[in-house]
Amino acid sequence: MSRIFACIIHKAGVADDSAVELITAAKAIDTSASPTAIVAGSGPELDAVCESLRSSYAETWKISNQALAYPNAELIRKALVKVLPPQAIVLVAHEHFGIDLAPGLSVKTNAAYVSDVLAIEGVEGAQLKVVRQEFGGQVSAHVRCDISAGAVITVRPGAFKPLASAPTNGIVVDKSGQIGELSAGRRYVETIVAEAGDVDITKHNVLVSIGRGIQEKDNVHLAQELAEALGVAVSCSRPVVDAKWLEKSRQVGSSGKTVKPKVYLAFGISGSFQHLAGLKGNPFIVAVNKNPKAPIFQVADVGIVDDILEFIPEFTNKVTEMRRAA
Amino acid sequence: MEILVCARRVPDTSENEIQLTSAGNDIERDDLVYSINEPDNYAVEEALQITARVGGTVTVVTVGTEEDEEILRREMAMGATHGVLISDDVFAGSDGKGIATILSAFVRKGRYDLILTGVQAEDGGAQVGGMLAAILDYPFASLVNSIEVIDRKKLKISREIAGGNKEINEIDLPCVLSIQTGINEPRYVGMRGIRQVASIPIPTPSAAELGIDPATVGEIAAKVKRVDYFVPALGKGAEMLEGSREENIEKLFELVVAKGGVK
Repeated sequence: MSRIFACIIHKAGVADDSAVELITAAKAIDTSASPTAIVAGSGPELDAVCESLRSSYAETWKISNQALAYPNAELIRKALVKVLPPQAIVLVAHEHFGIDLAPGLSVKTNAAYVSDVLAIEGVEGAQLKVVRQEFGGQVSAHVRCDISAGAVITVRPGAFKPLASAPTNGIVVDKSGQIGELSAGRRYVETIVAEAGDVDITKHNVLVSIGRGIQEKDNVHLAQELAEALGVAVSCSRPVVDAKWLEKSRQVGSSGKTVKPKVYLAFGISGSFQHLAGLKGNPFIVAVNKNPKAPIFQVADVGIVDDILEFIPEFTNKVTEMRRAA
Repeated sequence: MEILVCARRVPDTSENEIQLTSAGNDIERDDLVYSINEPDNYAVEEALQITARVGGTVTVVTVGTEEDEEILRREMAMGATHGVLISDDVFAGSDGKGIATILSAFVRKGRYDLILTGVQAEDGGAQVGGMLAAILDYPFASLVNSIEVIDRKKLKISREIAGGNKEINEIDLPCVLSIQTGINEPRYVGMRGIRQVASIPIPTPSAAELGIDPATVGEIAAKVKRVDYFVPALGKGAEMLEGSREENIEKLFELVVAKGGVK
C-alpha cells in the first residue's frame, strides 16, 4: 500500500478540525495506515501547529519557508511535488484551500483525483472505492479510482469523525531544506472581512430561512411578513444571495454565517451540505419544499411537501390570528 | 483581452427531481431539463463584462456531442463572440483529467489571455479548471467572486473563503480562474436572441485536428469512474406531515410554539 499523507490546513498556529478527520479517512483506505501529516508555513505559528500534531500523528513533515506565511496553493503544490514519494496518496479537506491545491497537485504528480469524498469503502487491487454526492446531494455515487500511481483526495469536512485513539508521541521531520526557491504567478494581497449586515442572524433563536424556491425578489416579502408575525429574523441560502434578493449577511452556510438557532424554518431550501454546514447546535428544523426528494428532508425534524409561495402566507395568517387571540 | 470560457451542459437540478433508473446505475435522464451549468453562465457574463470594459473577444467552448450545441447558442445570444464544440467519439468516458487534457490542446491552438470555468458542475468535482491550469503551467485561482483588470499582464481578483470573507490576490496573465456564482447578474436571454444566432456556424474540432493522443483521453485513460448511483439514507429523516395544508399549518404552529419559536 502506498504511503498516505494528510495535508494540514492551519490558521494562527492552530490546526484545522480536519487534521484529525483525515486520520479517520486514511484508516478507511488502509486500516493499518499511519498517515504522515504535512504542514507548510513559517515562523512560530508553524512550529505550534507541528507541536500540536505530535499527539495525533506519528510523523509530521514540516515545510518552513518565508514565502509560505500565507497558504498559497501554487507555492505549496510546488513544495509538495518536491517532497512527496512516488505513488503517494494525499488527503486534504475539501474547502477553499483544498479546492485550490488538489486538482493541480494531481496533474503534477500524475495521480488520480477524487474530490469531496464523503465515505471510503476500501481498496480492491489498485482500485479505491469511495462515495461522493452529485446533483446538490439528491443522489450519491460510488466512484472507483485507480490509485496505482497515487491519488489526491479532497475529503468533505465533518464527514469522517475523529477516532478515539491513544495519543502518540510523534516526531517532527523538517523537510524545508528540500524546497529551494519558491515563486508563483499568484500573490496574496489581503483578506477582507465580511461586512456586518443590518440584522445579525447569528443572534436569533428562530430563523425564517428561504432558498431558491422563493423564485423571485418580489416574493421575499412573504418571508419577511412571516418573520414579523413571529417576531424573528429572515435568513437564506446561497441562491437567494447570488440573485441579489437578500444581503450576503443573511446567508447561512460555509460561505456565509454559522448560526445556532433553536428553531430553523427552511422554506424552499434544498439542503446542500454547504448550507447545512452553517447550521449548528442541533436546532429543530422544519422543511417545506415542493420537491419530495430534496436532501433537506433527510436532516429536518418535520417536513411538508408543498408550494411555499402558497404555504407561507397561509402560515403567516395563522400566526397572526393565534397571536391576536392570545 | 481574449477570453475563453469552458462550459458544460448539465441537468438543471433546480427544475428536476432526480430519480434513479431501475438498474440503479444511472439517473433517469429522459425527462430531465438540461441547461448550462449555472456557474459557467456566471463565467460567461463576467467575460462579457470584462471585454465590455477593456475590449476583446469571448469564446465559449464545450467538450461534448451535438446535443451540447444548444448551450453554446445560448451563450452566443448573451453576446459571446464564438462558440466551439470539441467533439470526438474517443472522448466518451473521459474523467476530469481527460476533459482538462482536451481543453489544454484547444488552448494551445489559440491565444487566450484569460480562461474561465465555473467553480463546479452539478455532477462534477471542482476539478477541470485547476487541472487545466496545471497542464498549461498557468497560475490558477478557484472560487473567484470579483475580477479587476490592472493592466495587460495582471488581474486583481477576490476569492470567496470561509464566513463570507474575501481573499484578495494579484494574478499574472495568462491564467485560469474558476468562477463562483453570485459574481454578477447574468443577463437574460430570450428566444429571439437565440434565433438570431441560430445560423452562425459552430466549429467542431476533433481529437486529430487538435493533435490529441487518443490514449490520453476517454474511458481508456480515465482513472476515475462512477460505478453506480444510490439514494443515501442519511439521518433519521423528517416526520412528514401529510394532511391538508390547513391541517399541516395547524400542526406546524403547535410544534413551533412547543419548541419556543413564537415569542
